[in-house]
Amino acid sequence: MNGVHDMGGMDGFGKVEPEANEPTFHHEWEARVMAMVRAMGANGGLNIDSQRFARESLPPEVYLASSYYKKWFLAVENQLVERNMVGADELEAGHSLHQSPPLLRGKFTLDDVKRCETRANFDRQPQGPAIFKPGDKVRTKNINPLTHTRLPRYVRGHTGVVERINGCHVFPDTNAHFKGDHPQWLYTVVFDARDLWGDDADPTLKVSIEAFEPYLEKA
Amino acid sequence: MAHDHDHHHHHDHDHEHSELSETQLRVRALETILTEKGYVDPKALDAIVEMYETKIGPRNGARVIAKAWSDPAFKQALLDDATKAINTLGHVSRTGDHLIAVENTPQRHNMVVCTLCSCYPWEMLGLPPVWYKASPYRSRAVKDPRGVLADFGVSLPKDIEIRVWDSTAETRFLVLPMRPEGTDGWSEDKLAELVTRDSMIGTGLARKPAELKS
Repeated sequence: MNGVHDMGGMDGFGKVEPEANEPTFHHEWEARVMAMVRAMGANGGLNIDSQRFARESLPPEVYLASSYYKKWFLAVENQLVERNMVGADELEAGHSLHQSPPLLRGKFTLDDVKRCETRANFDRQPQGPAIFKPGDKVRTKNINPLTHTRLPRYVRGHTGVVERINGCHVFPDTNAHFKGDHPQWLYTVVFDARDLWGDDADPTLKVSIEAFEPYLEKA
Repeated sequence: MAHDHDHHHHHDHDHEHSELSETQLRVRALETILTEKGYVDPKALDAIVEMYETKIGPRNGARVIAKAWSDPAFKQALLDDATKAINTLGHVSRTGDHLIAVENTPQRHNMVVCTLCSCYPWEMLGLPPVWYKASPYRSRAVKDPRGVLADFGVSLPKDIEIRVWDSTAETRFLVLPMRPEGTDGWSEDKLAELVTRDSMIGTGLARKPAELKS
């Protein structure tokens, strides 16, 4: 979706302000939220793509004004209610009040924690040969779905060069909506900044994205 | 006027405090609900928190960089397939697939961003800092990386190529910073102390030996 989360190239947000000696979490609740979201992904209740879409779907003013883990929290609450896993009445009461659907992978327990030390694997069997190869000139499609996509607006319709093929992966555009893996080939595609931002752009700058095959066409 | 300012300031503190308490209560409520439904074991949540607070952090990445600086064969293996190379090391946490190491040279400087959210090589660097996940960095890195570097107090030669990697899918990027001068013969442990988290994202450079004395 063309949400405010898609912010590559936007102006007006000010300087980058690193915090010295930043703690991992600023509040305990942030740590609990992070752990709950990881657990609900690992137990199959939700998935990382659906959670990203849930954050993107927060009202723009909420998205921009909320801290990182606040966004996580609001999004996971929303998605659990949408998926009928938790009721709005239960959130109100602060307790489970009725039966909920079973989880794909069952309760998240201590045995599952070790798995979480590395990122999950999203590799899948290819459905066919890769269409593009390194060196190919490609143009990203001008798609504007209301649903989840990982093709940022700032590259749409622009021409770049395939630099690498990075395997075949679960396709976020469908997985976010629980519509299946639909594995797609993934490519590093690199663009010249002057093509993206105009003649006044930094001539020394090149920017790449990781593009799924459905985002690309031969240029 | 002073009274108004005090009142406003006091009101802001109250507002912030009550907002925080409300969030804490809601988060606790959700954890209670998920526990009561048999979806999660709170002890498992404790373990995840502990893992991210104590076990996974930039020391992993620093050890990888130090080894790449010391061992040319490892460096080549890292550049060829970072996931595979890193997972041969016993003293570093395992990393997920599709990690790519990108090398800084006198001709090219690399910077990593996720404009759409916060994708980051957390197994190597720990959880990302707030600035990486916030709007200023996400919006500017792909258009004005030199301006972003200036915010970090870093200035690069005018003619060096800058390559920004937008992590829009499962591929993750780890910057291999240039080895500082005056470090010949240093042990890997000592070299690792020069490798900052920011140098592995591309918003900083490795420390110089002189900086270690303080």
